Amino acid sequence: MPGMTATVRRAVRGVGWYVTALMGDTAYGNYVAHHRSTHGDEAPLTEREFWKERYREQDLTPGSRCC
Amino acid sequence: MSGSLKTPPPTGSGGSSAIPSDAKLPPTAVREEALEPRWTPLKVAIWVAIALLGGLSWTMLAIVRGETVNAIWFVFAAVCTYLIAYRFYSKLIERKLVQPDDTRATPAEYKADGKDYVPTDRRVLYGHHFAAIAGAGPLVGPVLAVQMGYLPGTIWIIIGVIFAGAVQDYLVLFFSMRRGGRSLGQMAREELGLIGGTAALIATLAIMVIIVAILALVVVNALGESPWGVFSVAMTIPIALFMGVYLRYIRPGRITEVSIIGFVLLMAAIIGGGMIAETDWGVALFSLDRVTIAIGIIVYGFIAAVLPVWLLLAPRDYLSTFMKIGTIVMLAVAIIVVRPEITVPAFSEFAGRSDGPIVSGSLFPFLFVTIACGALSGFHALIASGTTPKLVQKERQTRFIGYGGMLMESFVAIMALVAALSIDRGIYFAMNSSAAATGGTIEGAVAFVNGLGLAGVNLTGEMLSSMAANVGEESIVSRTGGAPTLAVGLAQIMQGVFGGAGMMAFWYHFAIMFEALFILTAVDAGTRVARFMLQDTVGNFLPRFKNTGWRVGAWICTAIMVLAWGAILIMGVTDPLGGINTLFPLFGIANQLLAAIALAVCMAIVAKRGLFRWLWIPAVPLAFAAVVTITASFLKIFSTVPAVGYWANHNAFRAALDAGETSFGAAQTREAMEAVVRNTFVQGTLSIVFVTLAIIVIATAIVATVKSYQSGGGASSEDPALPSEIYAPSGFVATPAEKELEAEWEALPADHKPTVRAH
Repeated sequence: MPGMTATVRRAVRGVGWYVTALMGDTAYGNYVAHHRSTHGDEAPLTEREFWKERYREQDLTPGSRCC
Repeated sequence: MSGSLKTPPPTGSGGSSAIPSDAKLPPTAVREEALEPRWTPLKVAIWVAIALLGGLSWTMLAIVRGETVNAIWFVFAAVCTYLIAYRFYSKLIERKLVQPDDTRATPAEYKADGKDYVPTDRRVLYGHHFAAIAGAGPLVGPVLAVQMGYLPGTIWIIIGVIFAGAVQDYLVLFFSMRRGGRSLGQMAREELGLIGGTAALIATLAIMVIIVAILALVVVNALGESPWGVFSVAMTIPIALFMGVYLRYIRPGRITEVSIIGFVLLMAAIIGGGMIAETDWGVALFSLDRVTIAIGIIVYGFIAAVLPVWLLLAPRDYLSTFMKIGTIVMLAVAIIVVRPEITVPAFSEFAGRSDGPIVSGSLFPFLFVTIACGALSGFHALIASGTTPKLVQKERQTRFIGYGGMLMESFVAIMALVAALSIDRGIYFAMNSSAAATGGTIEGAVAFVNGLGLAGVNLTGEMLSSMAANVGEESIVSRTGGAPTLAVGLAQIMQGVFGGAGMMAFWYHFAIMFEALFILTAVDAGTRVARFMLQDTVGNFLPRFKNTGWRVGAWICTAIMVLAWGAILIMGVTDPLGGINTLFPLFGIANQLLAAIALAVCMAIVAKRGLFRWLWIPAVPLAFAAVVTITASFLKIFSTVPAVGYWANHNAFRAALDAGETSFGAAQTREAMEAVVRNTFVQGTLSIVFVTLAIIVIATAIVATVKSYQSGGGASSEDPALPSEIYAPSGFVATPAEKELEAEWEALPADHKPTVRAH
């Protein structure tokens, strides 16, 4: 049943996309895409630098979590 | 395109406005006539079926009320009512009050920076927002409210969310989004002026402190004298540190991967805790009394709040999100599979009295402050203004994310209620009555609970000791705070699906771990936010404090905030009257006063938009929240019944001390009596502070609303409207018209696609 495996594969890919987007794995990709479109000539930060910078900013502006 | 949009309201400031868009691009909004898909016979039949099933479920719960009632009716009553409210009421709010305009760019689009402002897929953002708003609150309040029977809590959770909680979240999210993601405090300042704004700021800070303290108290009560719990919860710290290091130095950005590793380690910690709790050295090392645990949490809270985010806070937050969504889905499935029979009456003996051992005070207003989260939670306004509005792709999505997200939290509260209801009532009262009542012993608990005169309750010592053995604890008597009760309920339901009775101890500690994880995250995030607010306030007098990068200032402000909630925590832990029972009403009152503040700001904004016909949408829940919290506060301040009024209790103990007595009520020594005098003074003072601030905020909001009424509206504080250049559907599932438009955008050649692009 090739149709079935394709559906299963699509479902697995969908769940994978959702979980990684929800957890934040995709944040670097979003940044690179944004960077390319706005300052295409400069090199973007590396993934390591990006996360360092991101956590540093979170240190300075804490966000709240609910009860 | 512009011809199909609504005409702006008379003031022109608030409602939708047609914005000319780029002619080369497809439309950025669905045509208005396609927004309301036609009613087909199939759709009518589906909605009739939903309404009938919901009606049947409510009949089973509220009218039939047999000897027992099956838990599945709670699920159906809740889900059917949510669906109807979402489809009809939230749609009405959208059309008449919110008036979103998809041709208008959201902050995520016009302020796009690839980091904080990112147009995010609506389904992902829904998950994000839900993970940020749902914590331990909806798991604790409903458990305590079971004292009054199942019906009052069920009705309030479901009706409250529809007309109050979800409305607040939706409106705050939308209004903040229209203002570039401004915070509730900033909006209060703009709409209510200096006095109202300052009162709102102080109230928020005070509320944050009390909420952190009481959440920490829940953890302390769950871990006291429990070596298994202490070990497994303590292990979350090294696990989070490991995850932090992994993400920083080994594989940056692989968050899902590290969360799965962390989850496996967490399970190992729970299983390992069970083994250690069976060894003598394990018991000797990890059996800590509550004061020691409280001091541990205070020290931990300070360290966690000054450590860099990447090391502890962020990784534990990932773990907590992962566990939260997984466990909630698992519990929902388990309730549907197991369908426990519930023997708790619809209205218990305590529904009409004010001397309940768990929640003291009459049903009105105390039911409505005991269950805050899940029905109406002011804290959400801090999330709905701030992070989430900066990520919304299209204006119309706010209904799904704001209103829909809160419906999901309400469903979590219903599940917590069901879990607590599935426990034997005798055990429930033995676990939740304070040690002052039960003496902390099995014999004392049996005598106390059987002496309450509850119908159908015949508690035996054997029941308590075998339940304690099943869940792997020394004792379950007077395990107050709600978390242990929920854990027993969850363990009972889960063992029906996985593992049988032999797995109950695992599930119990899984549930304790899961709640402790949320709460510890809330404690250290709350401390950071409170510190930040304090720095900002002190910065008005000593400008150096405004610089959040200045370590010394940050440390001083962190220490002040930790000491503030730490003092209340210690007070609760050592309270001779039982702690959580006296403090929990303050938590609910504080949370709902914040809700009243948020709704007051929304009302003032709606009035400025000139939409007076629909002012009742925020005004009715505001009036209700105001009446409930002000009545509850006044009872706490002025009631002459010592079990209800803080000052009545204060005076009674003080008089006994003056008379030279050496024991009074539940206090057996003069020191204990002095502690009660001190604690009731602090609690009574906090009640006065909260209610005064709330009255100021509500009064300034009413003044602002009346002013707007007299002038027919007011100048809008919204950001200027800019044209949108992206398109995305609004609900969870795209409608045919939305799919068509999506396909048009999909078909654009790559070099024509706008630069800000979503998934």
